[in-house]
Amino acid sequence: MYDLIVIGGGPAGLAAACAAWERGLRKILLAERDRELGGILNQCIHNGFGLHYFKEELTGPEYARRFIEQLADTGVEVRLDTMVLEVTPERQVHMVGRDTGYRVEEAKSIILAMGCRERTRGAIAIPGTRPAGVLTAGAAQRYVNMEGWLPGRRAVVLGSGDIGLIMARRMTLEGAKVLACVELMPQSGGLARNIVQCLRDYDIPLLLSHTVTDIRGRERVEQVVVSRVDGECRPIPGTEMIFDCDTLLLSVGLIPENELTRQAGIEMDPRTGGARVRENMETSLHGVFACGNAAHVHDLVDHVTTESQRAGAAAARYVLAGCVSEEAGEASFHQARSAALGDAGDVDGRTVLVCTVCPRGCRLVADTSGGGFAVMGNGCSRGIDYARAEVTCPTRVVTSTVRCRGGAHPRCPVKTDRPVPKSMIPQVMAALDGICAAAPVHVGQVLLADVCGTGAAIVATREL
Amino acid sequence: MYDVLIIGCGITGAAAAFALSRYRLSIAVLERENDVSMGATKANSAILHAGYDPEPGTLMARLNLRGVELARPLCRDLDVPYRACGSLVAAFSPEERAVLEALCERGKSNGVPGLELLTGAEARTLEPELSEAVIAALHAPSAAVCSPWEYCLALAETAVRNGADLRLETAVTGLQRTEAGWRVQTSRGTFEARFVVNAAGVSADAVHDMAAPHAFDILPVRGQYFLLDKSEGVRVSRVIFQTPTAQGKGVLVAPTVHGNLLAGPDAEPLSRCDTSTTADRLDCVRRTAQKSVPGIRFQDTIRTFAGVRAQSGRGDFILQEAEGAPGFFDLAGICSPGLSAAPAIAEYAVELLERAGLVLEEKQDFLCRRRRVRFRELSPEDRAALVERDPAYGRIVCRCETVTEGEILEALRAPIPPRSVDGVKRRVNAGMGRCQGGFCGPRVVELLARELGVSPGEVVQEGAGSRLLVCETKGGGRHV
Repeated sequence: MYDLIVIGGGPAGLAAACAAWERGLRKILLAERDRELGGILNQCIHNGFGLHYFKEELTGPEYARRFIEQLADTGVEVRLDTMVLEVTPERQVHMVGRDTGYRVEEAKSIILAMGCRERTRGAIAIPGTRPAGVLTAGAAQRYVNMEGWLPGRRAVVLGSGDIGLIMARRMTLEGAKVLACVELMPQSGGLARNIVQCLRDYDIPLLLSHTVTDIRGRERVEQVVVSRVDGECRPIPGTEMIFDCDTLLLSVGLIPENELTRQAGIEMDPRTGGARVRENMETSLHGVFACGNAAHVHDLVDHVTTESQRAGAAAARYVLAGCVSEEAGEASFHQARSAALGDAGDVDGRTVLVCTVCPRGCRLVADTSGGGFAVMGNGCSRGIDYARAEVTCPTRVVTSTVRCRGGAHPRCPVKTDRPVPKSMIPQVMAALDGICAAAPVHVGQVLLADVCGTGAAIVATREL
Repeated sequence: MYDVLIIGCGITGAAAAFALSRYRLSIAVLERENDVSMGATKANSAILHAGYDPEPGTLMARLNLRGVELARPLCRDLDVPYRACGSLVAAFSPEERAVLEALCERGKSNGVPGLELLTGAEARTLEPELSEAVIAALHAPSAAVCSPWEYCLALAETAVRNGADLRLETAVTGLQRTEAGWRVQTSRGTFEARFVVNAAGVSADAVHDMAAPHAFDILPVRGQYFLLDKSEGVRVSRVIFQTPTAQGKGVLVAPTVHGNLLAGPDAEPLSRCDTSTTADRLDCVRRTAQKSVPGIRFQDTIRTFAGVRAQSGRGDFILQEAEGAPGFFDLAGICSPGLSAAPAIAEYAVELLERAGLVLEEKQDFLCRRRRVRFRELSPEDRAALVERDPAYGRIVCRCETVTEGEILEALRAPIPPRSVDGVKRRVNAGMGRCQGGFCGPRVVELLARELGVSPGEVVQEGAGSRLLVCETKGGGRHV
């Protein structure tokens, strides 16, 4: 009998298991379906993670690494390549794995941390043919970042959620042409920094209040038809635009993964699509907790971490107090959404910018008229430095991959260890083509010093 | 020189091959696509009709009844998902009730068992989600649903195990009469056969015209569908039809053998075969389906698709030796109830061939049983034993449908291995669930590439040109 079984080894499961250990639970089992821990963070090789939690900017694999290391210092038992198939109301967990076989484990408490999945073409019923080349942005991300394959050469992205924006940039950096990012709503659902750094940096048009109304092509996508929509999101006839492309990436929403939750008879929350949880993340089934994107879809992994730590701590209290549930009110979730982007651009020596230093996305006005420099609209002092750099010499941290020999994956994620001039990004990308790392590779390992004379080093962002 | 060469490996061609493979004959099946069941067989309502619909005296009426009688033991022996669920035809007005009465009489004269006319209230006791507007319903307890593509695959696979020669990606380009029979020219060489069976579905007219004077046209009639999540699969437990009109059986709502809900099809005559979906037609299907079952949550759709029925202008199946082409047999115009009738059409075709001089001598070693592992349906004890025996069954590849790597490998080593991601889906259900391959897609690609001995870049979604990946990043493997 385990004190706790954690289902899922992504950011939520990792944080929850660590927190439960810290609070004194000793018999903890974490089941992860993949062959490695880290969950979706392993394919999120871009940066921007950890600004809240670690007060520094990390890539997805680096963020995951911190918790994987923390977990390694505990006595938590980890089963990889193991899928949980059923959770019973009696807190039996059926799981199966290549090496571990089919097992039924019992636990005093359970944490559901299965994450979420992407909405598909079927869910939004896009009409047209059904050729190859229509895929979710997350699937494309896995192909590009982990398997080293480009799923298309000319792409349209439907949905301006963060994964779609990130993939628009990734596809562009890897040599594909992204023709447009199409958003049904009159505003984007993505973070302001992603709109700036993923679309504007690469001149990818964002078509708001538009949607895909037809997919053409027999074997492979040949054309995508995009139409403007009215106030009720209905396509307006006569506004069709035809894009010749071979790929349509979908970033049309995330759905909490709750197959197991429903099967266990746990009460669901129609607002979040996850289990109904109380403030301590306990579900309607005593001793069963839910956290992370399985509970509700988060914008930032930092919030997943803190919420999951709460769940882990609550599970520990539950077990240590003799399996008695706490008095706790219903949880309320605030969805931290970035401010509306507005129109950025230059007017009479005044440059309107969106600060990308943190996810808040302050709207800055940098005034360079008369040879001076002044900034308005910044929420903190970092905004001033950002604005100054942006109007004089904009810089970006480049995140991408390099080939890797002998590792678990054919590509190793990397980043520049400091921002490089935006204008140098193509040269930096070209330089990456020439690198081939050899496993073992360690986080922070320098794979190329002083890339293209920028002074920045190319460093690995994961262990491989 | 083959005794019999069958053109087309949809349900009709597969059933014919299976029926003939019982005898000491050399049989070839030519299929132009890279898999079996690629036409109407993979995109239809999956229903084995009770048989009240066709006009008495027609081949359709006779073979529908006989076909579903044969289907039950056949699906059992060949391990094809089959669910005897029954069906209701709903009437919304007194005029429609009158049609149901006629349908009931027709069904009885066709020999359909157990037909009964119900009031709206009685129908709602059987199907509580049925609309309050339904005033009467015809209940046909003998209707069933099946997995059409697995049905086709099981028949074709068993025929192959019994010695039939299946040639995929082999399109027929010409047919010539020879002294001994027929010469069949294809995209992959020339074949000789004593008898040729035309089971080419929507192309049956074109194939016929290569051998004989023009005799019929196949008019593709498209139908569009919604496939809904398993959470909606419990909405009804029977097939719910609406009262048929001159346009056909209309939009139905049905449970699938896989536990999903199916709504569709409409009927739209086309000038050419086109399986794209359209917004206006889908809208219409949605509204019509909700007339029968108002509670359907279409936001839980996981896929929309369209199929094309191979309808002929004759109003009945065309099953005959073509005039002016001795030894060439048409099995054409196989629209609904073609799936229901398939094994009976095959039986009929065998009779036609025998009458034309084909000698039928039964094999002693005919194999007529097929089994495959369905991990999802096993008990915990059986699962444990299976994983113990072969750890590949311990790795779940498709989480939505609980499909293991072992099942995929088993399919890849079967008599008709899949050559595409969708081929894997039709065999083991991987990618058929609510995430539509978002999670398992890359893993299936990896397994296909490994087992087929090709690069992931050569793996296709479905047809030969439907590659999923275009090139490696970072200049590819050059430096690795």
